[in-house]
Amino acid sequence: MSAPAAGHYTSTGLDSRKIAIWAFIGSECMLFVSLISTYLIYKGKSRVGPYPHEVWVSPSGEHFKAILNIPVTSASTFVLLMSSLAMVLALAAVQNKDLPKRTTGDRILGSSKLWLWMTAILGTTFLGFQAFEFTSFVHEGLTIRTNLFGSSFFTLTGFHGAHVTAGVLWLLTLLAIDYRRGLGPKDALNVDIAALYWHFVDVVWIAIFTLVYLIK
Amino acid sequence: MEHDSTHSEVTKAPHHGHGDDDAYHPGWSTYWKVAVILTLITVVEVWIYYIPSFSSSRGFVPSLLAMSAVKFAIVVAFYMHLKYDHKLFRALFTGPLFIAGTTLIALLFLFGQLVARFGPGK
Repeated sequence: MSAPAAGHYTSTGLDSRKIAIWAFIGSECMLFVSLISTYLIYKGKSRVGPYPHEVWVSPSGEHFKAILNIPVTSASTFVLLMSSLAMVLALAAVQNKDLPKRTTGDRILGSSKLWLWMTAILGTTFLGFQAFEFTSFVHEGLTIRTNLFGSSFFTLTGFHGAHVTAGVLWLLTLLAIDYRRGLGPKDALNVDIAALYWHFVDVVWIAIFTLVYLIK
Repeated sequence: MEHDSTHSEVTKAPHHGHGDDDAYHPGWSTYWKVAVILTLITVVEVWIYYIPSFSSSRGFVPSLLAMSAVKFAIVVAFYMHLKYDHKLFRALFTGPLFIAGTTLIALLFLFGQLVARFGPGK
């Protein structure tokens, strides 16, 4: 088997892997917009509760409160935003690996392991928030089969959670490479591609947080 | 945090000198400011959600959509470096995003979710 190529450059002068990740992100935009469209089309059309923003009393007289927990979701949104900051610092650390690190600040900012760990931990924390939310919804009587809101909500946020999980696994593979042989400027494009995926997952959540959680 | 210019200034991504994907990337000094702006916008979004007089007004939804769009654009421009990257990458992202957005609006009209606001006779 031949040695891996140093670059995959096309006639445009751009690396084919970076073109591929942007094309993939473009296609992912369409996937998530289709899921968001489905959620918005079904919004307010559930015949039975629980509902996202309104109290519901069942025919048997059982009371269900508005099911969305905005404080918890706001916290998880903050965690995901900070994970994007950590990711971009991880990329900068890999790109600047060869630069001299004179101060403590330089050493902290230049540690790709630290920022990759931070990103993975924050991503896992976000998934923990989502697991807590899903579990509490099920305990409060909302499953994927309960009503149109439950079906579209769990599908949309579940797909997003699956993407975050894939992102965390990707970060862990980068960390494994970093521990094994160290990530340097020659690996910057690989980290950049992972970072683009991670930030895309973040921007999708920005849209979901507003459209699903905040707009009543 | 203590740091010198090697990490705080705009740096060139070392892609070994092939073509226009050698984009300039901002440094720590830009990234933390972006993080603060994103956090502040999120705080304002949640804050207006809890103001009953505003959350029931006509300006609530447009305000949230505008703030969300600003957050989206900031992350794409600065963290995904699209502001500094090749225009082909911009086209690969904004093209599908435009198609998806147009489809979303068309579907919402088709299924009557926007009729209440923009429909005939309103």
